[in-house]
Amino acid sequence: MANFTPISAAIGGALIGLSAVLLMLLNGRIAGVTGIFAGLIEPQSSDRTWRAIFIVGLIAAPLCAALIGYTVPIPQMPPSLAIIAVAGLLVGFGTRLSNGCTSGHGICGIARLSPRSIAATGIFMAAAMIVVALTRHVVGG
Amino acid sequence: MRAIASLVCGFIFGCGLFISGMIRPDKVLGFLDVLAMPSGNWDPSLAVVMAAALVVTGLGYALARRRAPLFEAQNQWPTQTVIDRPLVVGSALFGVGWGLVGLCPGPAIENLATLSWPVLVFVVAMAAGMIAYRLWETRAAASVERALATASSMDG
Repeated sequence: MANFTPISAAIGGALIGLSAVLLMLLNGRIAGVTGIFAGLIEPQSSDRTWRAIFIVGLIAAPLCAALIGYTVPIPQMPPSLAIIAVAGLLVGFGTRLSNGCTSGHGICGIARLSPRSIAATGIFMAAAMIVVALTRHVVGG
Repeated sequence: MRAIASLVCGFIFGCGLFISGMIRPDKVLGFLDVLAMPSGNWDPSLAVVMAAALVVTGLGYALARRRAPLFEAQNQWPTQTVIDRPLVVGSALFGVGWGLVGLCPGPAIENLATLSWPVLVFVVAMAAGMIAYRLWETRAAASVERALATASSMDG
């Protein structure tokens, strides 16, 4: 397990939790990125301001890290733009249909012990693991 | 104050994804690649991220349940409880997209900071998928209404 980084993972995870707790204690909202982003871009939506500002804060984090000297890695993406576009469409449509993603279901939902979120997280994790197994070990391997 | 709270929360969330490495699709795929376990190349980091986030969120939410939020009239807790078909199908579709690239909505949007073209393509496609869902849902709701209207006019 050469790539395992438990300490930074625990610190980062605790910060994600802190953000979710603060957003509920201060603004009474669930820190689900899908809901926040969808509410920003969909035509009939209320309350765009706090959503836009949350997204600004999210994008500002790596920019600030770069300013104080951290390297912000360029993400490694598949070479095919078609695969990237299909994946984006699936992520967008799927997270709206199921009403949440890794943050809304995986963290905020499971923390509330919501059966829906526990089921959703199990399903999207399993689906993603199957796809990675196929692309890395069957097709690509 | 509400706006400042949003900014701070978005920023802390982004720091968490950055520090944990979950902003990197290759690191996320390293967790999803469970078949790498036997060779010792599996990366369990994402599980640690989730565990730490769940402990903090679980404790914090227990506190939040007992009081109204500081800058709003009341907490907006989700109310749905039924595991229905949209939840199952939507989660599966999301999982397939996540496994193809290694990006879920939070890290995808955060990675816009890198000004990488492939990330922009992903985020635009993701936004299109969300809008497509909204259009599809509106049409489905309208056809149900039409069907109900027809049914009641036939009754009448």
